[in-house]
Amino acid sequence: MATVIVVTSGKGGVGKTTTSASFATGLAQRGYRTVVIDFDVGLRNLDLIMGCERRVVYDFVNVINNEANLNQSLIRDKRVENLYILPASQTRDKEALTKEGVERVLGELKQGFDYIVCDSPAGIERGALMALYFADEALVVTNPEVSSVRDSDRILGILASRSRRAEQGENPVKEHLVLARYAPERADRGDMLSVDDVLEILGIPLLGVIPESSTVLQSSNAGVPVILEDSSEAGIAYNDLVDRFLGKTLPHRFTSVQKKGFLKRLFGGG
Amino acid sequence: MRGLFEKFFSQPPSKSAALAKERLQIIVAHERGGRRSSPDYLPALKKELLEVVRKYVPIDQSQVKVHLDREGGYEILELNITLPDEEQRQIPARQNSSASA
Repeated sequence: MATVIVVTSGKGGVGKTTTSASFATGLAQRGYRTVVIDFDVGLRNLDLIMGCERRVVYDFVNVINNEANLNQSLIRDKRVENLYILPASQTRDKEALTKEGVERVLGELKQGFDYIVCDSPAGIERGALMALYFADEALVVTNPEVSSVRDSDRILGILASRSRRAEQGENPVKEHLVLARYAPERADRGDMLSVDDVLEILGIPLLGVIPESSTVLQSSNAGVPVILEDSSEAGIAYNDLVDRFLGKTLPHRFTSVQKKGFLKRLFGGG
Repeated sequence: MRGLFEKFFSQPPSKSAALAKERLQIIVAHERGGRRSSPDYLPALKKELLEVVRKYVPIDQSQVKVHLDREGGYEILELNITLPDEEQRQIPARQNSSASA
C-alpha cells in the first residue's frame, strides 16, 4: 500500500519544492516507485526544479477533470528510474482541486506507486489543505526564523485537526521536521535560532537539517534536484534525510560549526 | 580592517536568537490555545452526532462541524449542523408517499 507524504510549511520560500524534489528523487534512487505531485495550481514550479518544464503536456487538473488519464500526464524522470512527476495546472484556479477529484487520482496512483509525495503550495488555502488532507506522513519544512517557525506550528495544528486522518479519528499524520537554510555559525553566535530552539518550540522529531548552501540555487538554476549533487553539503544532507526516513539511524550533520584552521580564520572562505 | 578584527576577536554573542525564541514561545503557546491538549473525543462526538441527526434528516459528514475554543477561563464547544434545503429533503418523502398510494 502506497504511503502519501505531504511536504508543507505554511510560509512560502522556505524550501518545500526543493525538499519535495530531492526527497522524491532520493526515494526513487533507493528503488521505490515514487511520484511527486505539484499542488500549487496556478503557480507551478516543481517542473522547473525537476528540470522537466518542457515536457509538460497534461497536468493534475486535467486528470481530475477526466480530460486526460494518468499515463498521459505523468512525466517520467530521465535521470532516475522509478520517478514520476505530476505537474500542477498553470492556467486553472485552486477551486479545480476538489476533494473527490484528488482522492480519486491518489487512489489510482496508489495502485502503481510505493510513495506519493505531495508538494504543497504556501498558505493555508485550498491547495495547501488538499495537499495535506490525504497524507499519512508530513515533512514540515521550517527555516530558523520567527515567521517560518510560527507558520509551521500553525500547519501542525491543521494537520492535527483538518487532515482526513484527524477527521476520521484514525492514527494522526506522522510529523517530521526538516530544518532548512541552517547556518550553524550564525546559530553559534546567537544570531539565529538553533536546531534545539526550533525543536523545543515545535516539539516534533527532526528528520534532517539542510545547511544554507549556494548549491541549492545552482542546482535549481540547472533543473537538477540538489540531492543529485551528492558531494555538496545540501546533497549529503538530503541523502541522510531520505535514509533516516526509511529507518536508518544516522547522526545529524552540518548542525555545528566546522573547525577552521588558523589561515582560514585569517583569510575567511569556506 | 573591521572584518579582520572581528575574525580574531569574535564579538560578544548577540541576544537576538534568544529574543526570537522567547517571542515564539509566547505567541505559539497563545495560538495553540489548547489545540495540542484538545480532547480526543471530538471525532467520536462528531460521528455520533452525525448518526443521530441522520435518523431524521439526510446529511453527510461535511455538514457537521464541531469546534472547541478556549477564551479566558471558558471552553466553548461549538456545534454547527447544516441541514439540506427544504426541497432536497422533500423529494424522497414525496416519492415514498406516492409509492405507498
